[in-house]
Amino acid sequence: MNNKILNFIATIVFAFLFGLFMPWVSIMFASYASARLFPLEKWSTFLVPFSAIFLYWGVQAFVMSSRNDFILAGKISELLQLGGSPDVLIFVTGVIGGLAAGIAAILGRETKVLLPSKS
Amino acid sequence: MKYAKLLLSLLGTLGIFFLLNAKIGALPPLGKFLSPSSGIWQNETDESISGEVMIPGLKEEVVVHYDAQLIPHVFAQNDHDLYKAQGYLTAKHRLWQIEFQTYAASGRLSEIFGEGALEYDRTERRRGMGYGADQAMAYMEKYDQETLAFVQDYADGVNAYINQLEPEDYPIEYKLLDYKPEAWTAKKTALLLMYMTKMLAGGDDDLEYTNTLRLIGKENFDLLFPDFFDVNDPVIPKETDWSFIDVPQTPSPGSEAILDTIKETISKPNPDNGSNNWAVSGAKSSTGNPILANDPHLGLNLPSIWFVMQLSTPEYNAFGATIPGALGVISGFNQHISWGETNATRDVIDWYKIEFNQDRTQYKYDGSWKDVKVRVEEIKIKGQAAYIDSVLYTHHGPVVYDKNFKSDSEWSGYAMKWVGHEGGNNQKTFLQLNRAKNYEDYAAALQYWNAPAQNFVFASTEGDIALWIQGKFPNKWEGQGKFLMDGSKPENDWQSYIPQAFNAHTKNPERGFVSSANQHPVDEAYPYYVFNDGYETYRNRVINDFFNSKEEFSIQDFKDLHNNNDNLKAAELVPYMLETMDAAGLTEDEKVIYEEIKAWKFNNDIDEVGPSIWRQWYGKLYGLVWDEFDSEETALASPYTYQTIYLLKNHGDHKFMDIVETEDKTETAQDLFLLAFKEAAARLKEIKEEEGSYTWANYKGTYAGHLLQGLPAFSRFDIPIGGDRNIVNATSENHGPSWRMIVEMSSPPTALGIYPGGQSGNPGSKYYDDFIDDWAAGEYHSLNFLQSSEKTDKVIETQTLKPARDE
Repeated sequence: MNNKILNFIATIVFAFLFGLFMPWVSIMFASYASARLFPLEKWSTFLVPFSAIFLYWGVQAFVMSSRNDFILAGKISELLQLGGSPDVLIFVTGVIGGLAAGIAAILGRETKVLLPSKS
Repeated sequence: MKYAKLLLSLLGTLGIFFLLNAKIGALPPLGKFLSPSSGIWQNETDESISGEVMIPGLKEEVVVHYDAQLIPHVFAQNDHDLYKAQGYLTAKHRLWQIEFQTYAASGRLSEIFGEGALEYDRTERRRGMGYGADQAMAYMEKYDQETLAFVQDYADGVNAYINQLEPEDYPIEYKLLDYKPEAWTAKKTALLLMYMTKMLAGGDDDLEYTNTLRLIGKENFDLLFPDFFDVNDPVIPKETDWSFIDVPQTPSPGSEAILDTIKETISKPNPDNGSNNWAVSGAKSSTGNPILANDPHLGLNLPSIWFVMQLSTPEYNAFGATIPGALGVISGFNQHISWGETNATRDVIDWYKIEFNQDRTQYKYDGSWKDVKVRVEEIKIKGQAAYIDSVLYTHHGPVVYDKNFKSDSEWSGYAMKWVGHEGGNNQKTFLQLNRAKNYEDYAAALQYWNAPAQNFVFASTEGDIALWIQGKFPNKWEGQGKFLMDGSKPENDWQSYIPQAFNAHTKNPERGFVSSANQHPVDEAYPYYVFNDGYETYRNRVINDFFNSKEEFSIQDFKDLHNNNDNLKAAELVPYMLETMDAAGLTEDEKVIYEEIKAWKFNNDIDEVGPSIWRQWYGKLYGLVWDEFDSEETALASPYTYQTIYLLKNHGDHKFMDIVETEDKTETAQDLFLLAFKEAAARLKEIKEEEGSYTWANYKGTYAGHLLQGLPAFSRFDIPIGGDRNIVNATSENHGPSWRMIVEMSSPPTALGIYPGGQSGNPGSKYYDDFIDDWAAGEYHSLNFLQSSEKTDKVIETQTLKPARDE
């Protein structure tokens, strides 16, 4: 398997595992760790973990919210001035998570450059 | 280059972390807030109402049945477990609300909102809210350890719930504002009761009256603010015999008011806070059983001020509306009796001018100097150093206004005497009412009630109906406390209290019904001085006329009366205005509106336009009549609506009718009718252009606002309901019947109840606002009064609270 797929899967697996004992910031540690283990090149460094967490958070948000008819998601979407649409809020949730993960992955990639390791 | 990139990505990572983990302006910390594992998605659910929960300190199991309205029916084996369970369940459904209300009560909002709330917090501290709660705690510690122990049980229950929570479980408001719940204490219940006291007995106009008296003189003052209006249909029927009262009114010392100029006064509770209650005897009831009704009129908020519960032990079984934060049922029934409250507005706040010595450590009293006590109020402010406010206390009470607060007088101040500071045992009244079996138990329970004074209506399965006006009332001399008094003269102090047994009351009156609607408690025959504290003059007459109109009343009659939209106020003025106003010069547009109001039958239903025209017309008229009172220099009182209408109809050429600005012209009431009508018509035309129509529902736009500054996303707007203030269905924009209850005293009683909200405090729950539509439509829900802990077909889920082995 190529590193992109491995990085993608590892990010989600780490996010799940770290999330068992860490607050929301676990996604940043997850993408950092998978960037160290499965380094990517150029834009992929950001985009792959971004997509992984976008999906991870977005799907979770969708599943949790759909069980409750999206009552709260609609209200929070209105509160954050996103027009009251649950879909937009779920999208924004994914983007926020993805952004944090993507940036942390860049850091992971850069430390890799600095401190060459065997793997 | 490598290092630069590394540094940059490190900064970027830290930056995004802090950005998403911190609250920025009004924006919540977005990472935390939107994370599926800790954020709002965790709140996208209903509270769990099944299974078993371990609660430390419980003695035995407590069974909690929930019905389809999410009403918990609590079956405990003893009182301690019952109040623990009440605390636990209230916290479970309303945690943020109970805590927020006590923050508001004690002047701690700056801790949540920052500096913007400082002025509010200082006002509450200076009003002595915390001081009053301390007095109530001290009273319970000294005289009533039993009640205090129950209050502590409740606190333990709340804390049991808080301790079960992980940050991801916190109610959404905590996540939004980025703070967390603190431990609940017995004192917080005392603070909540102070909050109620402020809401219902925290208003007065003494300082405004003082300014007004100075401005217009005694004769005019007495005309605008009479002790009794020319109509009076009091709470306690006029024919009541007072000959049993053998303690006289305090004789007048002939004291003079201090005519200071007061520029600005502290905020006051909404003057519309009030209520209706009534009960008919078995003889007047279509079923032969007494029927009782209550509907407290308060701000329409979400989460609602009420939380409905059934609370039972093997000894008693109470059901009704509770106030989150306080113990027991507040307005409800048990197997034997039912009860409900309306506000018995009385002048229980007075103001004294205090003269200090040179270093403000003493004040003048009875020809010598008395020591000032200092209460240091530390107000914590989010993100800033705490603000220290030292409030000086006299034997009257706190010096609210002094050189540090709304006054620039170095050596004097105004001290507040408030019955709310007296300490008392209000909680006990409810605990006793919950287990009362008959009239005697009810009357005994009321003795503990100090403030806010309430009209407690009562009906029993034995067939009694009654109404006590209960509170701790100073026995005042004629006119005492209407204006600012000299605080150095002992004769101005409250000399004594009206003995509790002499509080006005009525049991099984001949007319076959009792009722109250915040009107004057008594007529002139009552032997104590009762100042006109802004008494209601419309709802009471509609209610009493209704009960005098026929022989028998049914549950349907009660429902109809709760939902009665008759606008007596308009009916008493509009025909006179239409008759006497010169309508010849109206434009075509104005004529349309003129015809509309002419056709109106004084009914505030949602699709009428008459109520909107009346609101506009009367509003403009009131402003024109009292243009003299439109001052930014001094705080002035607004003359009563009833008296304004009385003057318009009977003294149409009084000099108050003249508009001060138009020097060359002397206006009369008739001129004002026309001027006001034209202004109103212009405004109505604008409203029609902006919003399509000015039908009453559209014009009024009733809404229930979230407690957090009316956060629109968590509020409900454009609720289609008629009525208005001074109407039996007292629903105005954001205020109205906050709990409608009807109880028939069959054995066991059968009851209906509804409130404009829902049982859950979670905006993500379908139970958050699910009662509102039925409430607006004038419908009721049956209250499922379970007779034992056995599950019935009304029960949708059951949760068992079990004693946890370790504490």
